[in-house]
Amino acid sequence: MIGEKVVRQAAARHERQGGLFELYAWFFMRVSGLILLVTAVFHLMYMHFVIPGGVSGIDQALIISRWNDPVSGLFWRTFDLLLLIFGLSHGSNGIRDLLNDYVRNESRRIMAVTLLAITYFALMAIGIVIIFSGNAPASPP
Amino acid sequence: MQSDIDKKIGHPTDQIEERWLRRIHQVSGVGLFAFLALHIINIWLVGFGPEPFNTLAIFYRHPAARILHVFLFFGVLFHAVNGLRLIILDFWPGLWRFRRGSVWAAAVIFLLAFVPSALLILMDGFLPS
Repeated sequence: MIGEKVVRQAAARHERQGGLFELYAWFFMRVSGLILLVTAVFHLMYMHFVIPGGVSGIDQALIISRWNDPVSGLFWRTFDLLLLIFGLSHGSNGIRDLLNDYVRNESRRIMAVTLLAITYFALMAIGIVIIFSGNAPASPP
Repeated sequence: MQSDIDKKIGHPTDQIEERWLRRIHQVSGVGLFAFLALHIINIWLVGFGPEPFNTLAIFYRHPAARILHVFLFFGVLFHAVNGLRLIILDFWPGLWRFRRGSVWAAAVIFLLAFVPSALLILMDGFLPS
């Protein structure tokens, strides 16, 4: 059990950090949630049930050719970029909420949120890099 | 487990059913984040030629991995349905009198989406095609 002091600290933290950032974060979770409700569920269903052979039919060549298709390549790159940005941001902010609520030790909480932020930017960077640079030939000539 | 902060400060999800949904939402959220990290890294491997990606893909194709795919569908579909429920309740407080009913509506919609998907995945993995 925790005492009133810890609860007051948590409440004060919510209040302090609570300003506009937390309001925007709350709103962002709803908006990105609605976007992911369509895009992520579509992505999941499409990759499992529409692609020939399902998940087993996916290999490196398929992903490269999907991104480089003269007709639909730009669409898929944009779609995957949206998934990356909204999915990773929604997920990271959700984890941030959990850390803020459940990690009681203040210095550990700050450390955990910092690590999360580093992970967020690292994953976002490699994701963006591969979506924009994924134009290598599927098999070397 | 309910955090002590929830108990003291209080949370709009007071019904026992909603507390369960909240717990599953949190756990599935952590699972989805972990999968997303793995997923971004394995797509990143696409840039290193066919070898690394296709080697990792063997694990995705293994029949036993179908169980993990079912978990993934559970997480995504649960998060989607319950998330929509939360959004609706957040933006239309007038609907709060249907909170308890919304839990069961969400459960039914979730099962309608999840059960056929899970069966398709398991049949794909374990039955000869």
